[in-house]
Amino acid sequence: MVKKTKDGLYIKPIKKGTTIDHLPAGTAFLVLKIIGTPEDTITVAVRVPSRKLGIKDLVFAENKLLSEEQIAKIALIAPNATINIIENNQVKQKIRLQQPSEVKGLIQCINPNCITNVENIPSRFYIDKNGIAKCHYCERTMTREEYIARIRV
Amino acid sequence: MEEIPKTNFSLKDVVSISDFKREDIEAVLNVAECMEKLPKERKSSLLKGKIVASLFFEPSTRTRLSFETAIQNLGAGVIGFADAKVSSVKKGETLSDTIRVVSGYADIIVMRHYIEGAARLASEVSSKPIINAGDGANQHPTQTLLDLYTIKKAFGKIDGLTIGLLGDLKYGRTVHSLAQALSLFDKIKLAFISPEELKMPEHIKEHIKGIKYEEFTELAAVLPELDVLYVTRIQRERFADPAEYEKVRGKYIVNKESLKGAKECLKIMHPLPRVNELSPELDQTKYALYFEQARNGVPVREALLYLLKDVRKW
Ligand SMILES: [Zn+2]
Repeated sequence: MVKKTKDGLYIKPIKKGTTIDHLPAGTAFLVLKIIGTPEDTITVAVRVPSRKLGIKDLVFAENKLLSEEQIAKIALIAPNATINIIENNQVKQKIRLQQPSEVKGLIQCINPNCITNVENIPSRFYIDKNGIAKCHYCERTMTREEYIARIRV
Repeated sequence: MEEIPKTNFSLKDVVSISDFKREDIEAVLNVAECMEKLPKERKSSLLKGKIVASLFFEPSTRTRLSFETAIQNLGAGVIGFADAKVSSVKKGETLSDTIRVVSGYADIIVMRHYIEGAARLASEVSSKPIINAGDGANQHPTQTLLDLYTIKKAFGKIDGLTIGLLGDLKYGRTVHSLAQALSLFDKIKLAFISPEELKMPEHIKEHIKGIKYEEFTELAAVLPELDVLYVTRIQRERFADPAEYEKVRGKYIVNKESLKGAKECLKIMHPLPRVNELSPELDQTKYALYFEQARNGVPVREALLYLLKDVRKW
């Protein structure tokens, strides 16, 4: 798949694997942390001009399929990103991410005195339309910036 | 003979005031009112043969005594501990395990814990109802219910009142929960009176968007409109600069002088204990409602125990 912008080609297309497009600028390295394993070939472009976002990041992962959990984590970082699954140079499946309304086990609560940081139980958050996450247990709220920094990787 | 009202109480646990609908609050207030009128012998048969666990992982003598009085008044037996330091829970057992075990013995579990979210977790592992008597800095729903009961008893209603919340509105969980609960009533007006540094947080204001509220830094600016003035303490530790604390503390002390211009019917409330924010010279005035407020903890807790006595979650 060829990724063209008005300034040309930023990443060599991949034959098979997963591309993640429309990542907000600056989030590619966090996405890498979430999906990266040492045996994969991954290409990253940072601060690429974009019609939709102004500038954006891109991640191309060869021969790699993402797990549901990895996709859920990317949706937290970049609720408007697009994930393409590529086979034989073709887009086989396009996944448009959405802001989740509830997440379980993916984020650590910001409150050190929260039961989820004391007892071994999965965290649980409700995310409202403004992107504010509220802990199901201690009821503390976090901004998107705060919870992105607390995604378990 | 006095009949206990049938209610639409829908909750299986009392963990957070945000779980309450208006009907649930009204159920508690109506049953509490009845509890005050019931003859002693009748009341003491309501929970006969039941066991209530009172688990205080953190000491809180007032809240515990109020709950244990309510439990005894209804004729139930009490098991539990007043301080986790002297119980087996210090030996490293998880909260989930402690609650699972106790829910096998007791019909209702009252718990106070120093960890936020402890009560919610307990409600998920216990087959019997949990009543949260305070979880760290998070929730203390029975305080809010007794505050509402006190208002209703004094005015005959809650709808339509103008209520001032004064003091530390930023960190005070009592005023956050009270504002949330009041937002379920009709034509309520709230006045948030605090220093700039301790204003009501945005996420609480977001939650109560449906009702009218205004913010003030001076009590005098809104005093003549108030039906209720709910006073809370401003703690020195909340100020990075001690000079700032010294500057504001005097402004938020309530005494006879600062109540000049108040409505005849104004009532002053306070969750107690107080330090110096509420002058003892008010204790004998018609404004003081705070001792009555403290007493109201018992009928409200009796009502909750009664409403939850037969709940089995699985
Ligand atoms: Zn939490």
